[in-house]
Amino acid sequence: MTQLEANLKALKEGTVEMITLAKMQLQKSKQAFLEKNQDLAEEIFITEKHLNNFELKIDRDCENIFALHNPVASDLRLVIAILKVISDIERIGDHAEGIAGYIAELDKKFEEELFEKLRFNEMFDLALQMLDMLEESFDKEDVSLARKIFKLDKSLNEIKRASPNVIEKYLFDNQDVTKQALFLFSAIRKLERVGDLCKNIAEQLIFYTEAKVVKHKKVK
Amino acid sequence: MVKKMEGNKIMLEANNIDVFYGDFQAIQGVSMKMKENSVTAFIGPSGCGKSTFLRVLNRMNDYVDGFSLKGEILIDGKKIYEKSVKVEELRKQVGMVFQKPNPFPKSIFDNVAYGLRIQGIKDKELIKERVETSLKQVALWDEVKDELKKSALALSGGQQQRVCIARTLAVEPSVILMDEPTSALDPISTSKIEKLIFELKKQYTIVIVTHNMQQAARISDETAFFYMGKLIEFDKTDKIFTNPSEEKTENYITGRFG
Repeated sequence: MTQLEANLKALKEGTVEMITLAKMQLQKSKQAFLEKNQDLAEEIFITEKHLNNFELKIDRDCENIFALHNPVASDLRLVIAILKVISDIERIGDHAEGIAGYIAELDKKFEEELFEKLRFNEMFDLALQMLDMLEESFDKEDVSLARKIFKLDKSLNEIKRASPNVIEKYLFDNQDVTKQALFLFSAIRKLERVGDLCKNIAEQLIFYTEAKVVKHKKVK
Repeated sequence: MVKKMEGNKIMLEANNIDVFYGDFQAIQGVSMKMKENSVTAFIGPSGCGKSTFLRVLNRMNDYVDGFSLKGEILIDGKKIYEKSVKVEELRKQVGMVFQKPNPFPKSIFDNVAYGLRIQGIKDKELIKERVETSLKQVALWDEVKDELKKSALALSGGQQQRVCIARTLAVEPSVILMDEPTSALDPISTSKIEKLIFELKKQYTIVIVTHNMQQAARISDETAFFYMGKLIEFDKTDKIFTNPSEEKTENYITGRFG
């Protein structure tokens, strides 16, 4: 193995590790949110700093590879893809932290019924499933698995699109949970963004392996 | 894989070239078209046939023992292996720069004027003018204008190589072939030659053999990858270095060959 190959391998492993960490953050965020568990939320805030440092480290490693090894062809595409991917993963971590941050703002647990109606758990699970798939597709360079992520992103978008009407109807009869509904809607928007970011990451994997730029193209 | 390139006029065209040295086939079925005012780089491992192919383009192999060629080479639409073509005429049109600077043991002026004189040009003013223009083109004029009578061998390696390029330019060729022109030079001289190539392509068609892949990436518009006497891939340089079509090319440029 050449020095460049060893560095690229480490870069890829680091990226998969970052995806795993972001997924764990979102998992904890779900649990903390459902249980209104402030301690778990605090843990998320601490781990978020690790994720940020992780991004900076991989960013530096990419810079070194450019400067020292002049990567070309698939090596070049891998470094470019990873440089973009790590900032997306870091953003996913930010959203997990943001969702956990809402817990402290509330005096009681969320309304189960509103949860159900908004398909809130389903959204969380879809986002987590996307991260699962990303982890595996990046690790195995499995492009067909990465492509399946696009469909899940569409499902997330649909749930988000339906949510304002659901909230409006619910609030008509339950005006005392207005504040809670606002936080829930913010969390829904963040989960929808997580879906977008997962989609971006999948696109980068496709770019790296097949050199096709799928960004900004409608997936049918 | 051979692709036709769009854009500029085709200056050099090779059709189905086979080259033999005795029984050994050095080039197999190479076809490609090189465009005017562009830089085409030939890359590939040692012995892949890239230098042989470059030399075919100005009939440098004609006197090599056992050399034979099939196929046709056209320069500016004219077949150069036709019997009616005089090699001396061809050399006026196609200049060549070699790996090691090879100035003659003469003055700087006489080196640059050499090609003109053997062409029978006697007009001293014209020769003086062409020498000055050529030395200016290679950005050497300011460095040597006061010592044109000094031996070219007294110059540094980088300056000598630029004298050799000036000598090529003086006879006003349309094509310049370069066989690893910077491999014997330090990075500063290399950078000067690369700048020069960039300037020269406005007026000339340049074909360069290089072992330095980053150099091919930096200076060429199109890159041809040769392997075991075959042209494996020929495409725009940015395509070759970001997303080559052939696995062999990918393995070679990323250093995972063999």
